[in-house]
Amino acid sequence: MTTVPLAGIDGSLPALRRGAVLAALALALGIMFVVAVGMGPVPISAPKVLAVLLDAAGLPSFGMIEERDRAIIMAIRLPRACLAVLVGAGLALAGALLQGLFRNPLADPQLIGVSGGAAFAAVGTIVLGGTLLIPVTAILGVYTLPVAAFIGCLTTTALMYRLSTIEGRTFVATMLLSGIAINALAMAGLGFFIFMSDDRQLRDITFWMMGSLSGATWKQVMTVAPFILLPCVLVPGLARALNAFILGERDAVHLGFDTETVKFAAIGAVALAVGASVAVSGTIGFVGLVVPHLIRLLGGADHRLVLPGSALIGGVLLLAADLIARIAVAPAELPIGLVTSALGGPFFLWLLLSRRRTLG
Amino acid sequence: MLLRLATVAATAALVLAGAAAAAETRIVTLGGSVTEIVYALGAGERVIAVDTTSYHPVATHGLPKVGYLRQLSAEGILSVRPDLIVGLEEAGPPQTLVQLRDSGTRLQLLPDRFTADGVTAKIRAVAATLGMAERGETLAAGVAADLSQIESILAGVRRRPKVLFLLATSRGAPLASGSETAADAMIHLAGGTNAVSGYRGYKPLSVESAVAAAPDLVLMMQQSVDTLGGVEAVLALPSIAATPAGKARRVFAFDGLYLLGFGPRTAHAVSEVARLLHPNLPLPALPARDWVATRP
Repeated sequence: MTTVPLAGIDGSLPALRRGAVLAALALALGIMFVVAVGMGPVPISAPKVLAVLLDAAGLPSFGMIEERDRAIIMAIRLPRACLAVLVGAGLALAGALLQGLFRNPLADPQLIGVSGGAAFAAVGTIVLGGTLLIPVTAILGVYTLPVAAFIGCLTTTALMYRLSTIEGRTFVATMLLSGIAINALAMAGLGFFIFMSDDRQLRDITFWMMGSLSGATWKQVMTVAPFILLPCVLVPGLARALNAFILGERDAVHLGFDTETVKFAAIGAVALAVGASVAVSGTIGFVGLVVPHLIRLLGGADHRLVLPGSALIGGVLLLAADLIARIAVAPAELPIGLVTSALGGPFFLWLLLSRRRTLG
Repeated sequence: MLLRLATVAATAALVLAGAAAAAETRIVTLGGSVTEIVYALGAGERVIAVDTTSYHPVATHGLPKVGYLRQLSAEGILSVRPDLIVGLEEAGPPQTLVQLRDSGTRLQLLPDRFTADGVTAKIRAVAATLGMAERGETLAAGVAADLSQIESILAGVRRRPKVLFLLATSRGAPLASGSETAADAMIHLAGGTNAVSGYRGYKPLSVESAVAAAPDLVLMMQQSVDTLGGVEAVLALPSIAATPAGKARRVFAFDGLYLLGFGPRTAHAVSEVARLLHPNLPLPALPARDWVATRP
């Protein structure tokens, strides 16, 4: 079998147009990346930014390079922009995967407890870090929180998968519902930690829950990159299978897809990408839910477009949101989750209203 | 002529020396008490930006705010072009501090201990950082003298009234301060005992535990009282109404930074609280200090 029928997918684009859309999105990501590195609360002129970047790449640069400019671009802005791309891509890809897998437009990492588990673990370490968890914090130091968030995410995802798998068969509807139940549990645990926390911990928790990319380092970028890039590279391989899922799981089996493997791979990719994202940036809402809808509004529901397209738009969106977070209230900074929701919400509504007729 | 040249040279040398000692003229302060100390040392005009916990003296109100003490942004701080960043060890997040250090800007973080020695040590450390050790010694000695004066009067007092410190963050039950908090330290310095014990930090206060604690006096930050809707609203809280403090309407509020900042005004805050706790004790007024001149 060479092609999978795409019945039920309206307006799916031919391969050439699909490639063009993805290329345009990649270009947009590149442009946004340059803008994000070029702008910030410290005004650095474009030629100076270019000089620093050329110099860093080992190319002959022109003009004087100030040490301060180099420090800001190389140690603050570049790792931060890289992290924004990774986290945005990871969250959006996870959202697209979950919506495809559950055939549910509301599925996103936050709804089914994947982020919730990470948040529960992270807030737990904030509140108990100075008492019960002293031996752990002594070993892991500043990495306690990201490691806890990552483990929390993997644990809840594994639990959800285990609960919905009977004799080697995974029931997608059960997985969605058990995910929602696990999320409720995680939220209850989170509430308990918030109840126990003192004034200072509460402020730390609030900021963590609203997400932030500040304090991005190269080390973080390098640590997170494999967990997010691996799903980004492998997941487009699931696109045809997810297209078949739209018809229903049984039809996907009849079309020759190993649906159990697809489900395992998809949920594994979500756990890796979301766990790594949440570990370094806290919980950033909106991206996972809405970005897949954006790309569908742009180019239809074909997962061969939706999966890579989501990753690209996720990167663009988070780069833009982080830029606003950095300069809007400089020299202070806004939590990025606030920006993604405040800007993304109205934009999404506008897009929805303007396309209402074509959507039906 | 030679003499005049020598005078000019000497003056020039003095000016240069002065410039070297006061090399840093663009200071960012992080933490309310550190900011207060810098101003009390007379170096306020060198401060160009502060964090949001720094709101005393009034001169800080017009300065750019670099965000909350524990949620700072490296590039935001660097955008005001500081040559010295001085603050409390509590400042963060840790990665931001790493980035600030990497930028080559001088960064000095100081421990915050809730004791009389902690206050004077902090004053001396800030002064040393600014190259104003002498002025720092005067300030530290003044605060230490005031604190020890209160301490010696309170030393002979047997009766230690029970004080409940209440913190209200937003909605929800107010929190009571246990041991190892700034509030606990303040209560002890002022000759009281903490009405709640058995836990560290802040915990929500239930009606029953409030009644069991039976405080003679309730101490709060003005900010908390405002959050709850005024002193009357505090007195109406079920957890307060049933206590001796509630019945005698003994709920008192002070500005948070003044009461719990452990900065240069600590001795005066202790003295005010001590007066409330021991109204019959002949506590003499502390000498007028120019660093306590205004209170927000």
